[in-house]
Amino acid sequence: MTMTAEPTPATAPEAPSTTGVLDRVLKVRELAIAAVLVLMLTATQLDNSAFLSQQGIKDLLLNATILVLVAVGQAVVVITRNVDLSVGSVLGISAFAAGDLLHGGGNPVLAVLVAVALGAAFGVVNGLLVSLGQVPALVVTLGTLYIIRGLDSIWIGSRQITAADLPSGFTTFGHDGLGVVPYLALLTAVVLVAAAYFLRSYRSGRDLYALGSSPEAARLAGVPVRKRILGAYIVCGALAGLAGALYLARFGNVDSGTGNGYELTVVSAVVVGGVAFTGGSGSVYGAALGALLLTSINSVLPSIGVSSVWVQAIDGVLLLLAIAVDRVVALRVAGLLRKRAAQTRSAHHG
Amino acid sequence: MAETPREKALPASGTGKPGGGDAEPASLGAAGRGAAGRGAAVRGPAGRGAALGWARDALRWDTVVGALLVVLLLCSFSMVDNFGNALNLSFLIGNTLPIALIALPMTMLVVSGEIDLSVGSTAGLSGAVMGHLWNQGMAIETIIPLCVLLGLACGLVNGLLVTRLGLPSLAVTIGTLAAYRGIAQIVLGSNSVTDFPQQYLNFASDRIGGTFIPQAAVPWAVLLVIAVVVLHATPVGRSLFAVGASQEAARFAGIRVKRLKLSMFMATGTISALTGVFWALHYASARYDNATGLELSVIAAVLLGGIDFDGGKGTLGGAVAGVFLLGALQNVMSLVNVSAQSQTVVTGVLLVISVLAPRVARQVGRARARRKAAGPQPPAALAATT
Repeated sequence: MTMTAEPTPATAPEAPSTTGVLDRVLKVRELAIAAVLVLMLTATQLDNSAFLSQQGIKDLLLNATILVLVAVGQAVVVITRNVDLSVGSVLGISAFAAGDLLHGGGNPVLAVLVAVALGAAFGVVNGLLVSLGQVPALVVTLGTLYIIRGLDSIWIGSRQITAADLPSGFTTFGHDGLGVVPYLALLTAVVLVAAAYFLRSYRSGRDLYALGSSPEAARLAGVPVRKRILGAYIVCGALAGLAGALYLARFGNVDSGTGNGYELTVVSAVVVGGVAFTGGSGSVYGAALGALLLTSINSVLPSIGVSSVWVQAIDGVLLLLAIAVDRVVALRVAGLLRKRAAQTRSAHHG
Repeated sequence: MAETPREKALPASGTGKPGGGDAEPASLGAAGRGAAGRGAAVRGPAGRGAALGWARDALRWDTVVGALLVVLLLCSFSMVDNFGNALNLSFLIGNTLPIALIALPMTMLVVSGEIDLSVGSTAGLSGAVMGHLWNQGMAIETIIPLCVLLGLACGLVNGLLVTRLGLPSLAVTIGTLAAYRGIAQIVLGSNSVTDFPQQYLNFASDRIGGTFIPQAAVPWAVLLVIAVVVLHATPVGRSLFAVGASQEAARFAGIRVKRLKLSMFMATGTISALTGVFWALHYASARYDNATGLELSVIAAVLLGGIDFDGGKGTLGGAVAGVFLLGALQNVMSLVNVSAQSQTVVTGVLLVISVLAPRVARQVGRARARRKAAGPQPPAALAATT
């Protein structure tokens, strides 16, 4: 796992065998989720041929977009060995802010920007508390989860935004798309690719992996730890805000309970996607696949005739399986690497 | 709660945990009182250090929370109408009891450096199973022990996944949070069971004679005494602190870390299931979504009581004070017509302050110690402390 923390790929030739094994395992991790996903969808399609109709695919993608967006932001934070539990509350309050603006006749683009800015502002608060206060992220964001949810409820009261309050162009944007691909999914894909490119190819992106692998080593290596953590939280907050705006476009219905309890779903998606809580490993593609897998299960079960009461239990078991498999694979790889290292050493001596 | 400072019994506690999530330098990662102790030692004569030690004990976070609770209760008795009557007090305690129950094993678990987010779901599952079995016509005297055993099994699953597979407890218990709640939903569906035997319902809602104390508070008090003795007066308790401070060191000192943690998870599961039974009887309704979100309330209360999330620090007194501070605050705010939403904000702010305040105090204290140390000594001392 520490291999991913190397800031420059230029060091790779020195130890080609070790990086090779680890890279393959990390790639396989994402391939495994993709395989499970494809397998599940194929099986469902065989059972119920109406499942992957044009509308069916569109629904699958639409259901996934919002969770994927939030999961990408969460993955960026989890990679730094932190966590943001306040995303559900941020999503709720941003969605209402955008809705309130549109209800008053505002510009849709402006409304989306306001939602993103509001999310980013909460990201700043979380990031400052975690990086400057140096307090455990879990506790602080549990606190801001309550605070933002409370502010949200005070502000909204019993009001709610319905689709009728929104300009028709905005709700159409939330439903239509190019062929089977909804606009929302396109937007999400753009964000996903941008985030992945940033994490992979930018120095500051590699820094996030470095400080997730070993905060102490990263600090000694000159990584501006506080600035990077703050940055990660701002990205996470902004994406939760964007997800709020998209939620509004998709469902058109927002009240004070919107996004309640969403944080655990998001964290599940991220972990199923192979982003470890211990930091420094995983990718946003994995997180996105994890989110897609979780939301697809919710569509698959009803269409093969399984009662929806099973959904939650299966989600939980899936999460446990994912982390258990990760752990076993990690132990195997570590053993393999040790054996290889021993072999090379004896070869050198011999 | 009088408690011997941890570092007396455990000198090694000041070393940073291996692989701990703190971005601080190792010297800052040391346990709070340890760091403050060094600060005081720098200041000079032993007599003055002892005096400062006393002041420091009085300013410990759990004492502060206890004092806040006392102040809140005194103010409420004198200024808030209807707070002091027996009915309201019994409501306060009755509604806080589920959190107070789970807080006991949760404190020990967090002290040992682990966490359990599945407690609310375990309680929900136990309530759902209780309702289902009651509908099947089983006797309640059989059902309740079965539910408690079920909780033990839930805790066993959590504990085995954490200790045997070496998985992070946060991830495991988020998984079982969903899984246990899901099983509850499978067992009971959207039914709700309300027709439990009257004597049990009465036990869960009645008070002792004419006092304000609910009958169910008596078993809780017994559990509290057991928990206090175990955590603060037995080798098991000392081991928990040792494991939380440094798992590696504890292992080398001969503590069976895995077995200890496993038993703590099992205790947490058992008490959570007991709480689920109490919940269903107290509110006279067994549903699959009973006690949803309870885990966050419990953790908020425990952390507010000064139990360090990184493990190795805290007292049960602090945790109980935290539980009842939150409970009393919510009760008072309802009485003076503060909306439920504003109560959520207050809970959140308190939680953030509870983790921020001790750290800020420590930073200020350290900065002051550094300035004093820098006076008589050459800058070398300054460099050593930074």
